[in-house]
Amino acid sequence: MLLAIITISLMAGFFGLVLGYASIRFRVEGNPIVDQIDSLLPQTQCGQCTYAGCRPYAEAIANGEAPINRCPPGGQTTIVALADLLDTEVLELNEELGEHLEVPLVAVIDEQTCIGCTLCIQACPVDAILGAARHMHTVIADECTGCKLCVPPCPVDCIDMVPERRTIDDWKWSPPIQAGSSDHAV
Amino acid sequence: MPSRLHRFHGGLHLDGHKQESLARGLEQATLPPQLVLPLRQHIGDYNKPLVEVGTRVLKGETIASSSSPICAALHASSSGIVSAIENRPIAHPSGQSDLCMVIDVDGKDEATPAQAVDPHRLSADDMLRRIGDAGIVGLGGAAFPTAPKLRRGRGNNVDTLIINGVECEPYITCDDMLMREYADEVVRGCGFLQRMVDPRATLIAIEDNKPEAVEAMKRALTAQPLAATEIVVIPTLYPSGGEKQLIQVLTGKEVPHGQLAFDIGLLCQNVGTCVAIARALDSGEPLISRIVTVSGDNVARPGNWEVRLGTPVAHLLELAGGYRHRDESYLIMGGPMMGFALSGDRVPIVKASNCILAMREETIPHTPGYHDECIRCGKCTEVCPASLLPQQLYWHARARAYDRSRDFHLFDCIECGCCSAVCPSRIPLVQYYRAAKSEIRAAQKAQFKSDRARARFEFREKRLLLKKQQDEERKRLKREALQKKRKLPTGEAAASDPVQAALARVKERKKAVQDETP
Repeated sequence: MLLAIITISLMAGFFGLVLGYASIRFRVEGNPIVDQIDSLLPQTQCGQCTYAGCRPYAEAIANGEAPINRCPPGGQTTIVALADLLDTEVLELNEELGEHLEVPLVAVIDEQTCIGCTLCIQACPVDAILGAARHMHTVIADECTGCKLCVPPCPVDCIDMVPERRTIDDWKWSPPIQAGSSDHAV
Repeated sequence: MPSRLHRFHGGLHLDGHKQESLARGLEQATLPPQLVLPLRQHIGDYNKPLVEVGTRVLKGETIASSSSPICAALHASSSGIVSAIENRPIAHPSGQSDLCMVIDVDGKDEATPAQAVDPHRLSADDMLRRIGDAGIVGLGGAAFPTAPKLRRGRGNNVDTLIINGVECEPYITCDDMLMREYADEVVRGCGFLQRMVDPRATLIAIEDNKPEAVEAMKRALTAQPLAATEIVVIPTLYPSGGEKQLIQVLTGKEVPHGQLAFDIGLLCQNVGTCVAIARALDSGEPLISRIVTVSGDNVARPGNWEVRLGTPVAHLLELAGGYRHRDESYLIMGGPMMGFALSGDRVPIVKASNCILAMREETIPHTPGYHDECIRCGKCTEVCPASLLPQQLYWHARARAYDRSRDFHLFDCIECGCCSAVCPSRIPLVQYYRAAKSEIRAAQKAQFKSDRARARFEFREKRLLLKKQQDEERKRLKREALQKKRKLPTGEAAASDPVQAALARVKERKKAVQDETP
């Protein structure tokens, strides 16, 4: 009897120590599901979802505060991927927040009109605008996410959002069109 | 040396249709009035133009180059005036345009002065540099720049060098013709390659449906013998000319998934590339021409022509006697199995163009836009030379389940077209795979972009936070410094209320003013 009590207590103590150590050593910082959701979002940082960037939206989804259909740049592909990850129902994109564009936009500064006020530089979430005070600014097109956040602050309205330039490398083979047969998936 | 030949899974015996274009010998194509040279004719990065519109260029002059490691320079194929640098339709499955340099040919064909260098004095690095400068790319069809490929080969201890003279696709005979006409140069180029990569053995592979080419190569090899070099005649079976399939036939080894030939100590080069290398090193001649087969049942006079790069397909077809039936022409660049339809005959011949087929529409095996349902007969699996499961790939590609397609090794598909050719339901399987591949690549590109955007966004957040902290720190230090300063001069005054002190100062000043006025 006594032996059993001692053995169980020792084992409990030992496992307690192991668990205690593991909880410190293998501690996971933050919520891993947020990272997974964030990795599926397009990182435009546009705030069309009404959250202050992709990560805050990911956090809101993880906490169950926001539905998965609030990301216009990601479109239906992102919604399907999120539904897959979270094992929820696929929703239609909330079109009130904006429409999904097949070809993403990119900001272009009319360099003749730019007065060098730096307001757009401060607004750009990904540091894709280059310039200095009272000097011409320009957009690094490859880094621009097309979030449009630089457009409202511009005092001289010299920023245009244009469709991204498509090259021959962006061309995609289209799947064969099937006439006269029902398209059933596996 | 291979004691016996191996075989790969599947493959097809196809009607060769090689005799049509072999009826006559190699002909030199005349110069067209205008050459259109796309700035990128290879896998890799774009070249930047080195000459302006209006400049007169000479044959062999470098007109565009790039500092990128995966690139091949571009040279003027004849002398003339650069009349435009603009988007022109090019040979691409999309039918789209790309940046091209247009040269109005003056007909003098004046060449840049040749730099005669004894190639035997060149070190391997010099040779590689010259091959890069000469703009040489793999002429078997993929058009991967040769210099970077050889560089990697040198770094990977090549055990066997394989010279590919297989040319397994129907209709195409340009390599056959090249071996018949330029066997000496093939062997010379092969010798240079041996000096660069130092292989233990060299195998020159030729299919047994080209006896004349085999004879010519044997004669050339007897005339200038190379160490440990053997001509291997392999049975005709499509697609033995594919790099991975040829490796399997010759060595019995399979290139593992996700690896390249170097990783198992092999290096493959096409016979045409050997000739280009020989010319570049012997006489400093850059890659400005290639042999092109013109064939198909809609061509009056099929044959092989040595064509300057940039020659419009229409010019070449004129040399071949034009179309038999003008209204129903269907143009293909490459062979009937792996080639793609051209948008028209204005597109130019590029480094990768091995064959132009003009077919009558009724002989095209697939009617675009219609196919029957898969009946799960499994014929595609029997013929797949990459040992894939084409049917599974098809279902998943059609369902747009691209993750599943990848699980079934979609990217090991060499797009040889065997599965489509045997399909009783005439399903254009390869088109499904190509579409799936492009979707996956586009998704990878988008993922790359979003990962970058995330990194930049997070970096910015961090920077802003740091700036805020630094600002606060600076403010705090300033405040402390101010307090210290006040404390220092008079102990009592500093201790008292600063408002009182200011009032006292104002009073004193007023008093001073009053004292002065009376």
